[in-house]
Amino acid sequence: MKILLFLLEKEFRQILRNKQMIPLLLIAPVIQLVLLPLAANYTIKNISIAVVDNDHSTFSRKLISKITASGYFRLTGYTASYNEALSIVEQNKADLALQIPINFERNLVRENSAKVFIAINAIEGTKANLGGAYLSSIISDFNSDIRINWPAAPAASDPPQITVVSSYWYNPFMNYNLYIVPAILVTLVTAMAAMQSAFNIVQEKENGTIEQINVTPIKKHIFILGKLIPFMVLGIILFTLGLFIAWLFYGIVPAGSLLTLYGSLIIYLFAMLGFGLLISTYSSTQQQAMSLSFFFILIFNMLSGVFNSVDSMPQWAQTIVQTFPTSHFIKIMRMVVLKGSGFSDILYEIGAMFVIGLILNTWAVLNYRKTTG
Amino acid sequence: MQPVIITDKLTKHFGDFIAANELTFEVDRGEIFGFLGANGAGKTTAMRMLCGLLTPSSGKATVAGFDVYKETEKIKRKIGYMSQKFSLYDDLTVSENIRFYSGIYGMNYEQIKKKTAELLDELQLQNEAKNLVRELPLGWKQKLAFSVSIAHGPDIVFLDEPTGGVDPVTRRQFWDLIYHAADKGVTIFVTTHYMDEAEYCNRVSIMVDGVIAALDSPSNLKKQYDTDNMEDVFYELARKAKRKAD
Amino acid sequence: MKQLIVFIKKEFLQVFRDKRSLLLLFGLPIAQIVLFGFALSNEVKNSKIVVVDYSKDAVTSQIIRKIAASKYFNIEQSMQSADQLQAAFKKGAIKMAVIFPANFAPNLQHTGKASMQVIADASDPNVATTVVNYVTQIVNSYNGQLSSLSAQPLQIVPEVQMMYNPELLGAPNFIPGVMALVLMLVCTMMTSVAIVKEKELGTMEILLVSPFKPLYIIIAKLTPNLLISIINYFIIIILSAVFLDLQVKGNLLLLTLCSILFILTSLSIGLLISIGAKTQQAAMMGSLMGMMLPTMLLTGFLFPVENMPIALQWFANFVPSRWYFIIVKQVMLKGLGIASVWKETLILLGMCVLLFTISLKKFKIRLQ
Repeated sequence: MKILLFLLEKEFRQILRNKQMIPLLLIAPVIQLVLLPLAANYTIKNISIAVVDNDHSTFSRKLISKITASGYFRLTGYTASYNEALSIVEQNKADLALQIPINFERNLVRENSAKVFIAINAIEGTKANLGGAYLSSIISDFNSDIRINWPAAPAASDPPQITVVSSYWYNPFMNYNLYIVPAILVTLVTAMAAMQSAFNIVQEKENGTIEQINVTPIKKHIFILGKLIPFMVLGIILFTLGLFIAWLFYGIVPAGSLLTLYGSLIIYLFAMLGFGLLISTYSSTQQQAMSLSFFFILIFNMLSGVFNSVDSMPQWAQTIVQTFPTSHFIKIMRMVVLKGSGFSDILYEIGAMFVIGLILNTWAVLNYRKTTG
Repeated sequence: MQPVIITDKLTKHFGDFIAANELTFEVDRGEIFGFLGANGAGKTTAMRMLCGLLTPSSGKATVAGFDVYKETEKIKRKIGYMSQKFSLYDDLTVSENIRFYSGIYGMNYEQIKKKTAELLDELQLQNEAKNLVRELPLGWKQKLAFSVSIAHGPDIVFLDEPTGGVDPVTRRQFWDLIYHAADKGVTIFVTTHYMDEAEYCNRVSIMVDGVIAALDSPSNLKKQYDTDNMEDVFYELARKAKRKAD
Repeated sequence: MKQLIVFIKKEFLQVFRDKRSLLLLFGLPIAQIVLFGFALSNEVKNSKIVVVDYSKDAVTSQIIRKIAASKYFNIEQSMQSADQLQAAFKKGAIKMAVIFPANFAPNLQHTGKASMQVIADASDPNVATTVVNYVTQIVNSYNGQLSSLSAQPLQIVPEVQMMYNPELLGAPNFIPGVMALVLMLVCTMMTSVAIVKEKELGTMEILLVSPFKPLYIIIAKLTPNLLISIINYFIIIILSAVFLDLQVKGNLLLLTLCSILFILTSLSIGLLISIGAKTQQAAMMGSLMGMMLPTMLLTGFLFPVENMPIALQWFANFVPSRWYFIIVKQVMLKGLGIASVWKETLILLGMCVLLFTISLKKFKIRLQ
């Protein structure tokens, strides 16, 4: 037990002395946490649209002004032909093109039906989805307006209308920061935890000090604990810094209990540090450790639901993602911070992280050999 | 008295390559035992097996009375080790290194304080106590590494090429330290390829191609090969070697 | 010249002997293409929702059936009451709740109006908006059905054409982004760490003492990574075409040349990092912490750059992958030519030259 204290003392001394690492470990993440949420923004405004009005009628003009007044769209092209509008889309200057054909108003009134042509740049997936949806709903609103105000319409039976009243819980102002700040924090903590622990042990391998440890009667698990704990502490510090920044700059205050949050963090770090440890047992050079950990970290960050939606993935992918500790932790973060979920709500996620952590750490301890051959 | 190291046909092969071939020897308590050989002869492999770092392929060995297969952890409590890379932490100070290595062998704070003062005094490093090891000249690092390796009072200390890269004067000083430790009863097991250091040992063994080609006191060996220095002895044996250095 | 070749050969040997690094170098793009191409999608599908039906009549059942049939929703369980909603949301079990009040159909018949409530979990605002939209569309089409029974006049019919990606596949959205991300990050990290490693080992000193010009040292160091990245680029292109049905619509040569330019730019960044970093660890953490998130978020493939605050948009202009991303989309997905990407290409070229020059200068200074 006392031996563990000596190990920890040495580790902390080394970490604090490392002048280049402290800024990288703590300052760079802080800067990113402050600046990057500003980037992440899915709010649907400024979707650029190019419009072709071949009709030049009252209706067409009204429709166009309704579109521009909606606040969701920005008119970036007003051309004489559909082809010109399409080329604006091609040049990336518009995400959508709308053509109101000639005789639009006349056809609507006389034939009771008229077409409009919409082209959506479907490469911009999100904008395509949302832009298309909003355009459709604006057109449909416009359609109802016309009908209501049209004197010659059969007034008798107004068609029955079901309206949808929507409310948004946990984030009533649809503040995207509430989504993205926890995500960035998780990304940073993940990267630090996994890579640091892997690197640190491999460094000792490379400069020979690990052999010196292997020759002592220090038990394997004590040695590994001596490596885990300092990084656990660093991870907690980083996380706390992150929460502080989230409060200071974004006014995000965890709705749930801090105890639950930190408890989950510790289990998550337990899993991710174990992962870093495991990588270190398979690497003999720092480059290898870096390669392996980066490989997995990028996959964790892109697929675990940090920036994407897990439910939309095919089943096989969802199953794989369940084995990532990150998938569970990001859920916990959002649930506890935004919805105030309690310990009992996240039981499954905590359990999953704990089991994964147990497997990874055990594997690492078993793999770590003081005696080779 | 029981020898502190006993080996019987100790062997290690890596695939087809036999690094150490049926090594059989004994080392007595308080002896300075030199383990000589060219690079690639198998010295480091042999040493690592005795330290509990490498599991032998066959044969038997005991170190401080404990079996190298099953009781490695017990062996480790009784031995000290200094590797070729010196294994001090560059980014810790002299005192911090002493403190760490003493602490992990179970010494308590009182003992550590005493030991630290002792070591600093002996090595004349009092003024450097708070300097990072990285800033020490090579010779001092080596001496410090040696002292640290025996700080916890082991029965045997294994030194793997401890004097690489320093001038002859410093090497001499280093061997003074070794003598001092041997006088106190510590058994020294040292590998080296400096033949003049062989003269400092009680007995030496010379490994060639993984086999012990000669084992005796330096003076006996010189008589046997009819020469007045160990280099010639070594040359006689080594030139028949088939294995090149790594 | 011959010396340079010898040097380059040594670099190659070092790189290819390191099996685990090779895993990253080749395995990463492959794994990412497969995973991201198949797994990621911008559509919001299979959202778990809950329906609470206090009315249980013909109309509500019809609407519920329509919702259930949609691929966008998985109805978890029909709850009896709305009290359990909070708990379900808190557990993360559902993303949205649809609530039909009592007497729904009767109200609709008699007053011609009825309203239903939809509650969405806005902790992910994007998903929330989308699922509410989907539900609204379903209800609107139901409304349309009702009104078609009474012959609607004045019907505007939108005809929608999805350009470049008619089936709304996920791959076109992600592959260009993945290309930019992977090429940029791998190049930066591998290069910076490799150079710092030599510094740490001390072999760099030997090089510097030799008659080798610093420029040659740099070229030799960059060449293996350059070649590997080019191979990676081709692997990505081939995999996308074979597995994800995503061919290069435009000029392959143009795309390749631009990609090489981008790779060179990323390598220069790695070079710059390696000059500042004292240890491999610092190089790696610098590349990772300093580059990963900005690249992911500011390239424009996760979030559109135009929506960002002006300051950040301006900042994003300094991230090379942002420009490369545009080039890939224009050339690979839309099939356009140099005329539409000359601006971006020029910017990349400028960045590359600038970074390389700065690195070369700094490298020389270090030697003195």
